[in-house]
Amino acid sequence: MEFMDLQKIKSTVIYGLEETGHISRFAGRFFAQAFRPPFEWKEFFKQCYLIGYSSLFLVSATGFIMGIVLTLQIRPTMISFGAASYMPNMVGIAFIREIGPMVTALICAGKIGSGIGAELGSMRVTEQIDAMEVSGTNPFKFLVVTRIWAATMMLPLLVIAADFVGLTGSYLIESTRGDVTATLYFGRVFSSLVLGDVIPATVKTFFFGFVIGLIGCYKGFFSKKGTAGVGKAANSAVVLASLLLFLVDFLAVLVADIFYTI
Amino acid sequence: MMSASTYDQTKPLLVLKGVKKAFGHHQVLKGFNLELYPNENVVILGKSGSGKSVLIKCLVRLIEMDEGHIEVLGRSMADVEQDELDAIRTDVGFLFQGSALYDSMTVRENLLFPLRRHPGRMRGRSEAELVREALGNVGLEKAADLMPDELSGGMKRRVALARTLILKPKIILYDEPTTGLDPITANEIIQLILKLQDELMTSSLIITHDMDCARVISNRVVILQDGINYAQGTYSELARSTDPKVKAFYKEVQNPIDG
Repeated sequence: MEFMDLQKIKSTVIYGLEETGHISRFAGRFFAQAFRPPFEWKEFFKQCYLIGYSSLFLVSATGFIMGIVLTLQIRPTMISFGAASYMPNMVGIAFIREIGPMVTALICAGKIGSGIGAELGSMRVTEQIDAMEVSGTNPFKFLVVTRIWAATMMLPLLVIAADFVGLTGSYLIESTRGDVTATLYFGRVFSSLVLGDVIPATVKTFFFGFVIGLIGCYKGFFSKKGTAGVGKAANSAVVLASLLLFLVDFLAVLVADIFYTI
Repeated sequence: MMSASTYDQTKPLLVLKGVKKAFGHHQVLKGFNLELYPNENVVILGKSGSGKSVLIKCLVRLIEMDEGHIEVLGRSMADVEQDELDAIRTDVGFLFQGSALYDSMTVRENLLFPLRRHPGRMRGRSEAELVREALGNVGLEKAADLMPDELSGGMKRRVALARTLILKPKIILYDEPTTGLDPITANEIIQLILKLQDELMTSSLIITHDMDCARVISNRVVILQDGINYAQGTYSELARSTDPKVKAFYKEVQNPIDG
């Protein structure tokens, strides 16, 4: 029994290391081709539209609800400490530094990551990727580079939208439960934020977008044959991207902390 | 780099020597040899799982062979860099078994996709003109704005053929061109392939297990069995063969239920 467990752990570790190597090589291939012409601008803008615009409603709705829930949950505690006036400061910092980027990234890992994984997986299964290759087109450049770039560029914009809508949701609760104007509320939010809050939070969203695009493309591009392979590609894209998002977030917080200490 | 137009027309367009390919312990190709000459239609017959698709995918390097030599239009495929490989691939059309149309694009965009990436192939003509001509060749002039999921199986195969031909390749590789089609549509596709080849003077390598397709379309038939080119000749020569394996193969493929 123990021997079996050890074997299982060993094969899991080996699989993990192999997968890390493959993803690193895939990322290396992206960087090798991402800055070299010809650029597939039309496909890039199409993907920006699909990734950005089509996720906007979902991200905004989630952000709005998160803003409301956060305010409703924290308000009683803040009142009990006599710190209700600090609600905008607290919600602003929490949203801009962590909740906005992380919730948006997780939503996008589910929506965009699985979408890219399923799309490329289905293209692999139906030999569309092979068809591109034999027509003398670089499918990696057309399909992968454009999608990773689009995800990297769109995620920060989606986070900004989620932050804004989330803070608006929070303000609506504050204005109905307490006596606060929009000018006062947002004034306090912005006065509590410093560049050290905004810059690291914004920079990490580019990495979040990159991770979502990279994992979605990787899982889809190397999808195994069959419809089960497509489903697995979509599913594992979400799982792995979500896991990596937490890892990137952890690293981002560590790095940002160094700057705070200095 | 030698372009297709400067290629010596008496030499074979395709040469395969001792091509081997294994997947794990399963040796699919064990030393396959073949030559394809200008204006020739060679059909490779083989049972399902015999390695036919693997063979033509090795030809355009969609799958890397393990051993052997493949030469396309005088260029060794093993030695070429990516840019040259792309150039060779534009001279070699590939019709996929499932048509492989890009399902997020209209028929017109499907046809324009290879063309826009190889503008030199437009020969000074407009995109609209080339698309009209390509769709006219396959009898689908009015399908330009349809999406692939609005097309029937036969129509998809025709559009895929138009997309393959739009770059005017010198060689066309057909992966089971009639599989999955009803007999009438399959016959239409066969006649279309013959008509277009006659007009465009292309050479073809067709892999199939459809004996009717092989009989009508082939100048020469090669039987792929046990990973090698087991036998070759015209369709009728092989049909009359006394070789027990060839006889058994013909019997089995023609009457699969009886075995």
